[in-house]
Amino acid sequence: MNLIKQVAIVIGCLAFGELVVYLTAVKLPASIIGLILLWILLKVEWVKVESISGITDFLLKNMGIFFVPPCVAMLNYFGLLSASIVPIIVATLVSTILVIFVTGLSHQILRKKK
Amino acid sequence: MLFLTLALYAMGIYLTSKKKWIIFNPIIFATAILISYLLVLEIPYDNYAQAGRYIDFFLQPSIVALAIPLYLQWDKIKKQLFPIVCSQFIGCLVGVISVVLLAKWTGADREIILSLAPKSVSTPIALEISKTVGGIPSITAAAVMIAGIFGSMIGFKFLNMSRITNPMSQGIAMGTSSHAMGTMKAMEISEKYGAFASVGMIFNGILTAILAPIILNFLMPYIS
Repeated sequence: MNLIKQVAIVIGCLAFGELVVYLTAVKLPASIIGLILLWILLKVEWVKVESISGITDFLLKNMGIFFVPPCVAMLNYFGLLSASIVPIIVATLVSTILVIFVTGLSHQILRKKK
Repeated sequence: MLFLTLALYAMGIYLTSKKKWIIFNPIIFATAILISYLLVLEIPYDNYAQAGRYIDFFLQPSIVALAIPLYLQWDKIKKQLFPIVCSQFIGCLVGVISVVLLAKWTGADREIILSLAPKSVSTPIALEISKTVGGIPSITAAAVMIAGIFGSMIGFKFLNMSRITNPMSQGIAMGTSSHAMGTMKAMEISEKYGAFASVGMIFNGILTAILAPIILNFLMPYIS
């Protein structure tokens, strides 16, 4: 399938998400609703993975770059960032360990029960 | 500026393929050089914001594209659906609540606390959640980065120490806590680990997007 159609499918799912957010004022990113819609379309086989893999492979492989502009924008928040550097680091580190532990443990226990 | 961002990012990928130093991670590498570049030459940030908007435009479609790995891994997920969803649910709750309370106790402002809530989630999703709940995306980006680097560094050591040795549980824990970076780390060990880590990453992204605003609503009396 040509690139225009591929882009149209992905953007179409996203637009649907935007519409849902607009109509229902649900507090969810439009992109997540788009993700779920695309997954459903794949599942009912209206869309085939191969037919959109051109655009999605490109997006997935280069996802990291979307991270760069917000990181550079930290420039504007240096004051705020350095003023709260202790809470940010402490809270993030401790919470990360907790998540690793709790998720791993609960999956391991639940898996055995089955 | 747009070109410079892309070029630096590509250079980061190239350098990482040569030497796996954390400083060569394309995101850290490009950010560090761009910030120094703007600061040293005293270029106002607004000049860069234009390039930032072009890149931002692709953020949302790339989240939609995450449906593909989720679909491809579905057979594996289906068998384990109950344990996966449950552990993710618990992980998501613990992640959001603990970071919010810890930030409160260590004296962070309200805006900072809100920005930290989605810190375990893959960046593009975290940025979206941050905007939804009224956080500052840049602070979120920093926290996501810290969670990713830290989790991928100590995750597996910590899991083995706590006798959580099942490869599936380990993979899911890594993806849930440290998103793409945890997934990359798991991918280095084996494809199977990696697949489960990516499932953890995507599910937690969706769950946090749904639950974070609700949890924050409940916690509001404690934070403000």
